[in-house]
This record gives sequence, structure tokens and C-alpha cells, in this order.
Amino acid sequence: MNRKLTIRQKKSLSGVLFIMPWLLGFLFLFAVPLFQSLQFSFSQLKVNPLGYTMEFVGFHNYKEALWVNADFNRILTDSVIGMIVNVPLILFFSLFSATLVNQKYWGRGLVRAIFFLPVILASGAVAAAEAGSLMNQLMISVTSGGASDIGASTGQLMSSRELGDFLVESGISPTFVNYLLNAVDQIYQIISNSGVQILIFLAGLQSISGSLYEVAKIEGATGYQMFWKITFPLVSPLILTNVIYTIIDSFSDNQMTRIIYESAFKSLNFGLSSAMVWMYSIVVGIILAIIGYLVSRKVFYND
Amino acid sequence: MIQFEKQKTWVWVIFRTLLIIGICYAILYPILLKLSVAFKSQEDIYVPNIIWLPHHVTLTNLKYAFDIMNYPVTLLHTFLLSSSTMILQTVAAALAGYGFARLSFRGSSFLFILVIMTILIPPQTLMVPLYLHFKEFDVLGLVQLFTGKSGINLINTYWPALVMSMTANGLKSGLYIYIFRQFFKGMPKEIEEAALIDGCGVFRTFFRVMLPNAVPALVTVMLFAFVWQWNDTFMTATFMNQSHVMSMEITMLGSNTEKTLAALLGGDPNAKIDPRYLSMIVDSGILLAIAPLIILYLFVQRFFVESVERTGVVG
Repeated sequence: MNRKLTIRQKKSLSGVLFIMPWLLGFLFLFAVPLFQSLQFSFSQLKVNPLGYTMEFVGFHNYKEALWVNADFNRILTDSVIGMIVNVPLILFFSLFSATLVNQKYWGRGLVRAIFFLPVILASGAVAAAEAGSLMNQLMISVTSGGASDIGASTGQLMSSRELGDFLVESGISPTFVNYLLNAVDQIYQIISNSGVQILIFLAGLQSISGSLYEVAKIEGATGYQMFWKITFPLVSPLILTNVIYTIIDSFSDNQMTRIIYESAFKSLNFGLSSAMVWMYSIVVGIILAIIGYLVSRKVFYND
Repeated sequence: MIQFEKQKTWVWVIFRTLLIIGICYAILYPILLKLSVAFKSQEDIYVPNIIWLPHHVTLTNLKYAFDIMNYPVTLLHTFLLSSSTMILQTVAAALAGYGFARLSFRGSSFLFILVIMTILIPPQTLMVPLYLHFKEFDVLGLVQLFTGKSGINLINTYWPALVMSMTANGLKSGLYIYIFRQFFKGMPKEIEEAALIDGCGVFRTFFRVMLPNAVPALVTVMLFAFVWQWNDTFMTATFMNQSHVMSMEITMLGSNTEKTLAALLGGDPNAKIDPRYLSMIVDSGILLAIAPLIILYLFVQRFFVESVERTGVVG
């Protein structure tokens, strides 16, 4: 029987076999739950020892999340704004670090190892515990000039006020200065969120053939020109990948996910939680679509 | 002219070195801080001019954290859980990735879009249905059919994590499938053809020829799978919030430490726990929790960093 199949048929048959574990998982652990979750968001769900009962309530849960729940709106806007502020910073920082790590110098291996350390450490439990650590804040207040007021210096590695005053004095727009200062204050958060992005950019930089730079050098191009005319266009597809990854990552663990979790397992309001998560997913989806569209128009493809 | 060029290079080298040192310091800062805190004694935190080097070196903080976290048991459990999900996820994702990259069939590109969808949709969306699903786990009603009971309760066991890894639908599995697909796509077709001519079937080609060549992708995915499971709070809190794994212990560390310290004060309601001391113990606990990861990373780091260049996460 098996002998009668052509190679092509055999290949597609084994292809089905290879992805079978994933496909089964997808159906039972993704597609079905996804549908159920949509269903739950329109129902009042009651869990009892024999299982659960559902009662259709229309848009009640959505209304409750939007107008009754005290935190939902605020946290949703906060996390969206936080994302819009941080994504460009993370992107810039990771491209910059990737170019740094890609150059040849003594001790590069060690530097690379340190730069990828955040991939390991900055996630989930550790990051959460880190953010709440009193010791961190204490140290900061000690190192930034002995201010004993812990509340005033939450989570900054160094004091940047003087620098800010200086920049505003020299005539740079205060909005921009504020953005920069904010970036400096969040440097640790930005660094710790850019591990995977550095990795992706680095892989991209490695794939650019060296002969392009040689040619440019012979033609007399400066380093600045080489970066903007060669490096940047060639890594630009990765900017899209990284933007999307950063957005998803910034939404994967934040205050929003915490209130979704709490409304399900602390208040046992499964319907409300599902409604929240659906609105949240839709917002994330819209942002991804808009940014993906805007960025992909600028992206340069070599083929 | 050449002189000028040389000076410019030197300025850049110095600037770059300073910059790199600065960033490395910022990355290492929390770890250094924890190391310093872990060995400080309680009296040292009140002296304003002791910043990094403790005057009274002590192991008390670490000992408290060690006991509160029930460290040996927790470490063993976390290690077993992370390594088993790592192996299952890697195998399932590698199979799927290879299937999508090389064994395309009708509709496989559509299915791959679904893989991307699993990356894009927040996992919280599935949280409640999956919880209910695992609370009465029953594949196609088989359990009910044979025993008459309504499914098995898998909550607070390691099964949810294992089942999800086995089917490459666990933590960030979509990303792993994507990495494998990109990698296998980049491998030369000739290897596969040669294996075929030598009489290897598809499965033998995969296990004997393709997998041994896929070490960079394997290292990357295994490291990610291990570490992200180790640190994961979302899935762990949803499906096994009573199990003794590292991420749960860290989450509970603050309140557990508070209880222990309160008990040490003899249950006197008027005696106040020093928040700084509490924080010291919590920080020591975090250090204990991440220490195995750092040690692991020291060993695989060279391998990982090299492999990154050849993984082609990019495509």
C-alpha cells in the first residue's frame, strides 16, 4: 500500500503526521477554549460541583467592565499609553545594543553574555518581585544623593533632574526632554525588556554580507552613511518583527492581566473576566494592525 | 588625513567602551545589589555609609530565605517540571516546525497562520475555559464513558503544563514553532535529498539528519522553554497555585517571610516587623531562586550566544 504513494504524497502525509501533536493541541486547547471564552463573555457563569451552568446575559459583562468596574478603563488606558511610550525606546535601544554587540573588540563574548542575561532574568516572578523590592528603592535613594524619602525616587537608577533642567535651559522642547528623562529613569526596565529583541536584531545584522560594507568603504562612504544606507534598510524587516514582539510582550504581563486574573479567580466572576479579556484582545489586535500597517509600508525588502 | 582617521577611531573606541561598561553595569546592578544585600547583617542597613560591602558578613538572611522557601524541595520540583516541559515542548515544536517548513501539504500555510494567531492572542483569553477544562479533564468523554465519573481534576497537578507542552500549545510555544520553521527553511535541500537517496524515510531523515544539524535552534528553544517555565507566574498561578515551584514561592515570599518574622517576635501584636529587614530576606530569596538559572546560563552561555548567530530567528 505504502509503496504505491508517490514521494510527494508520502511527504504530505508525513507532514500531517508531524504537525499532528500541535494540531490536536490547537483544536482542544486553543480553538475550543477560544470559542468558549467568547461564549462566557456573554453569559453569567456559575461553577458548581457538577460542572458549570451558563445563562445568557447579552452585553451585561461588557457594560459592567466599562462602566461599573472602577479600575478597568484606567488600567487599559495606562497599559496602552505605557506601551506606546516604551516600544520606540525598546526598539531603539535594542538596535543600538545589537550593533554594539556585533562589532569586533576584546571581550566581546563576555559583553554578549551580559547583554543576553535579561532574557533569562527579566520575566514573570522575578521581575514582579523586583519591582516591589524595598531594598532596590532604598539603594536608589542612597546612591542618588542620600535622599531619605523613598517614595520620591521610585525605581530610578540615577537622578536626572539636573540634566533635565540643563536641557530645558538650552532651548530644547520640554515635552521631548521629559520623554528623554522618562527614558533615562526607566533604563533598567527598557534594558530588561529588550533581550529577545537584541537577539533578533543581532541575527539580522549577522546575515548582512560584509562585501556590501567593503564596496561602500571603497566608494568612500562614512560610517554614518553606511548605517543609514546599508544596515538600516536591511534590518528594517526585523523592525516589524520586533515591534510586534515588543507589543505582545508588553501586554503579556501587566496590571491588566492581573485584574483579569483576579476577577476570575478571586471574585469568581468568570463572565466579567472573559468580557475584559476580549475587549483587551480587541484593543491589542487593533494596535497591532495599525502599527503593523504603518511600519510595513516603510520596510525595505531585498527580494 | 590618516592621522585624523586614527584619532576618530580612538575616540569612538573609548566612547564605545564607556557605553558598554555603563550598560553592563545597569544590567548587572540588581544581581550585584542582591549579592550585597544577601550577606549583609541587619545592623548594616541602618548605617548610611555602608552601601555595597557589608561590614558584618552573615548567612542569616540566606538561611531564613532558604527555610521559608523550602528550598531543596522547591528546587527539585521546579527543576523536574521545567526540564520535562522543556523536552516535551522542544520535541513537539521541532516536529511541527519541520512539518511546516519542509513537508508542506494542502492547507499547511493556512495552519501556519493559525500558529501565528496563537502567538498573537493573549493567553489570558483562554484562561477560564482551560481552567474549567482541566478541572474536569476528559478527552472526548472517554473517562465518563468508562468510569461514569465526570472527568479527572488536574488542577494543582503538573499535568496541565505537561499536556500543553506535549501538544506544543504551552507557554510561548508558537514562538518555538516559528523559530524551528525558520531554521529548517534555511537548511540546504541537498541534505534531505541525499538522505532520501540513501534510503532514509521521512522520520529517519528528520531524526538522523535534520535534528543533529539543528543544534543552534535546539539550544535556543530549550533555553527559552526552560527559563520561561521556571519564571512563569501566569500559567502556574492559574493551574497549579498550590504547588511548590519557584515562581509561586517567590510570589508568596513576602507574606511568608512576614509570618515567619512575626512568629520570631513571639506573636506579640505590638512588635513591628522591620520592613527593611523583611525586604532583605525577600531579596535573598530571589537570589536563591535565580541562582540556578545563572549557573545554568554560565554553562550554556557560550553555546547559546554562538547559536544565536546561526539560528536565523529572522528568516
